[in-house]
Amino acid sequence: MQITTVVNGKSFTKDVEPRTLLVHYIRDVLGLTGTNVGCDTSSCGACTILLNGESVKSCTVLAVQADGLELTTIEGMASESALHPIQKAFHDNHGLQCGYCTPGMIMATASFLKENPAPTEADVREGLEGNLCRCTGYHNIVKSVLAAAEAMEGAVK
Amino acid sequence: MTVVETGSSERVTGKRLLRREDPALLTGEAKYVDDIREQGALYMALLRSPLAHAKIVSIDVSAAKKMPGVTDVMSGRDLQSEWVAPMPCAWPVTQDMKNPPHFPLATDVVHYVGDAVAVVLASDKVAAVDALAAIDVNYEALPVVVDLEDAVSDRILVHPSLGTNKCFVWKVEPDNDKVDQAFASAAHVTKNRYVQQRLIPSALEPRGVIAIPHPYGGEYTLFSSTQIPHILKVMLSTTIGISEAKLRVIAPAVGGAFGSKLNVYAEEVLALALARKLGKPIRWTEERSENSLATIHGRGQLQEIELAADEKGRITAVRVNIIADMGGYLQLLTPGVPLLGGFLYHGLYDVPAYSFSCTGVFTNKTPTDAYRGAGRPEATYAIERSMDLLAKKVGVDPAEIRRRNFIPPEKFPYSSVPGLIFDSGSYLPTLEMALEKVGYQELRKEQERRRSGNSRKHLGVGISSYVEMCGLAPSKVLGSLRYSAGGWESATVRILPTSKVQVVTGTSPHGQGHETSWSMIVADRLGISPDDIEVLHSDTAIAPHGLDTYGSRSLAVGGSAVYLATERVLEKARLIAAHRLEVSVEDLQYKDGSFRVTGSPEKAFALSSVAFEAFTAHDLPEGVEPNLEATVSWDPPNFTFPFGTHIAVVEVDEETGATELLRYVSVDDVGNQINPMIVEGQIEGGIAQGVAQALYEEAIYDEFGNLLDTTFLEYLLPSAAEFPSFELASTVTPSPTNPLGVKGVGEAGCIASPPAVINAVVDALSVFGIDHIDMPASPQKVWTAIMSSQGNGRKVE
Repeated sequence: MQITTVVNGKSFTKDVEPRTLLVHYIRDVLGLTGTNVGCDTSSCGACTILLNGESVKSCTVLAVQADGLELTTIEGMASESALHPIQKAFHDNHGLQCGYCTPGMIMATASFLKENPAPTEADVREGLEGNLCRCTGYHNIVKSVLAAAEAMEGAVK
Repeated sequence: MTVVETGSSERVTGKRLLRREDPALLTGEAKYVDDIREQGALYMALLRSPLAHAKIVSIDVSAAKKMPGVTDVMSGRDLQSEWVAPMPCAWPVTQDMKNPPHFPLATDVVHYVGDAVAVVLASDKVAAVDALAAIDVNYEALPVVVDLEDAVSDRILVHPSLGTNKCFVWKVEPDNDKVDQAFASAAHVTKNRYVQQRLIPSALEPRGVIAIPHPYGGEYTLFSSTQIPHILKVMLSTTIGISEAKLRVIAPAVGGAFGSKLNVYAEEVLALALARKLGKPIRWTEERSENSLATIHGRGQLQEIELAADEKGRITAVRVNIIADMGGYLQLLTPGVPLLGGFLYHGLYDVPAYSFSCTGVFTNKTPTDAYRGAGRPEATYAIERSMDLLAKKVGVDPAEIRRRNFIPPEKFPYSSVPGLIFDSGSYLPTLEMALEKVGYQELRKEQERRRSGNSRKHLGVGISSYVEMCGLAPSKVLGSLRYSAGGWESATVRILPTSKVQVVTGTSPHGQGHETSWSMIVADRLGISPDDIEVLHSDTAIAPHGLDTYGSRSLAVGGSAVYLATERVLEKARLIAAHRLEVSVEDLQYKDGSFRVTGSPEKAFALSSVAFEAFTAHDLPEGVEPNLEATVSWDPPNFTFPFGTHIAVVEVDEETGATELLRYVSVDDVGNQINPMIVEGQIEGGIAQGVAQALYEEAIYDEFGNLLDTTFLEYLLPSAAEFPSFELASTVTPSPTNPLGVKGVGEAGCIASPPAVINAVVDALSVFGIDHIDMPASPQKVWTAIMSSQGNGRKVE
């Protein structure tokens, strides 16, 4: 069936099979491969994107459920000239190593900081527990998220 | 002490330079294997055995072949003529080691759940996976071996043709009489049995492969999510019979590996062979449950360790017997993994008598192989757990028993009884610094307060001091251990006509930041900006020589090769500069991108000018070839031996058995640090993986050989919520083994942390008279231990 989605500000109308998962639509139909697949059980969060501004694991959503909705993927975060403050915070704080969990981690952070713009360390650890990382021990991811919170608060002021 | 020579007035090495790798990874621009689009590729799916041990009576693929989108379906027998050799094992640890036939698809008997029996090729992934269900396999179940001691008994044979389940017996026994005497005259003896549970490495990116044939030219390109593109190229060539000269292997962005991608896998071999057979690109991406079943597992050992000590608790002998689980077949390095720990069961203690024996056994389980630490976490765990028990026997603090036994600094380089030469070390400061940092005495008081206040939440403090061996070399020593590859690494440094620099390395990073670190090494030596240096890697057409990335070798071996190649380029540049300045080479000094004449610094010749001179070659000195480029293959004289002390502080709830990691302090010495930010990142990740072994993770098999935790719903990969922030510090004892004075850091964290955590848990539980908990110390295991303890759940102290 045909669905229309607005992805990173651009509208797409595509045919998809009813059983196609949103993550496969993003990766295979739209060719946006920044969104990664790390498990088959919605456990790891590597495929996290924003659906109408809220984070979802795109492997738990059917593509057809996204019909008429706005999607933001990792490719929609940086501007042409600069990284998004969350991306910059991950860079500045060595919040990534192999980078595979990173797009999902950043999208989850975007949603988390919208709900909780001034989190404590404990808030961050609880807030991101749906996103798994095997490289960093989370130490620098937590630092990155706290730094991003500070930077984005600063931007609002 | 540092041996590094710098050509820069402001050092780049030692700084926390942000990683150049990051922008592509942060924006989705980086391409992992599954992100690569190849027109016309067929999708491969594998049918895997649901039984741990069974005879394949028949395989009927006819119905599957008729499924929509399916191009072909083949069984193991259909493909047997594709192989010129079995799947490789590159570490036949003994002359008489048993290595059963192992092919990409099983033909007659399956040996573990996940062993592949048939392959589907289809126009898309869904069609390929759908067709698997239409393959009809008739199995005849055979008896299964799961338990390691059962395997040793040979009651049931995994490979009856071998006549035994024992793959090998490997020993380090310098003087067993001396060991026996030490035990006979010991004031204190400890004897303990530990389980190293099987672990699933769980890199977040599953494996993937794309094999692309170029039928008219006869070449092949293979993309794989691998740590070892170079070794893989050699092995694929010898397994499939494709000329190595016509094969290019590329590891694109790789999403973590931890040893699990240090292998030659059935899917890589199959994809390439099928690309040859069909003349079409073949692609495959692993599902998570396949990763759990068909990617190697780590650990899997039963350990028995005995210490003999004098009255003061000074160890006089260590005797170790282990059984190591090989799984159903031997993968690339399977039998060698326990050897990497076999020399280190005395830890960082000065021990005069040593005996080690390892029996490798086959079981009907997923093959094991190198997983972060590979042999060394196992050794460290056994000795560090034993040290706590010895401390108790002697009646001293766990910190004190370690102080009494450390190899003293004046003994370095230290010749260990098992036969290693520890390059450099100063162990005591790491312990004292860690104790100070954690506030040890205050914690002991707090522990006492809780105990006397009848708190149900018990505080535990666990110490783990460690040394490990990494950067395996020289090649000659590896040869004496019957390892089939060398220990060298290659690097090329090339200064281009416009004076930009290309560095080509044989290491193959997958998250470790080699591009950043290698550029820093070169920038320092040349006195130029790291931004003017590109680092190329992981493509055998670009970096033809290499031994890849594993065993914490890349910086000590590969980074040193980069440094030495830079030196060699600079020597050549010096010849050209001297020629142009009409002075002798001895009169030139190099700093910040220019050669200057000693005494007349206004007479200078810039490296950028030398680069252009070398390119035009209009006026080169006699006998000097055009171009500024040098290649070095460096074979280090020894391993490096990082060390340190970690301390874990836990709280164990006696009512639920749950353990919370409250604090984690580490003091590590990895020699000189090129980029401390990256060093710390490696240690933090390693600590978390080791904590995960201690508290959460285990590949659980039932009696029928079924793996019960094949997804992240069951296999407990910890999240951020399970950890505190780590408190890191370091000391610096440079290694004399390499020109950078560096040691490996990739595995140190997960080598040190499991015993720190378990020592802490046991310390907390000592009020119940509990002296050991096997890993993972799950709430259920802890609670059961409390309930069945001496006091039936009541405190005994």
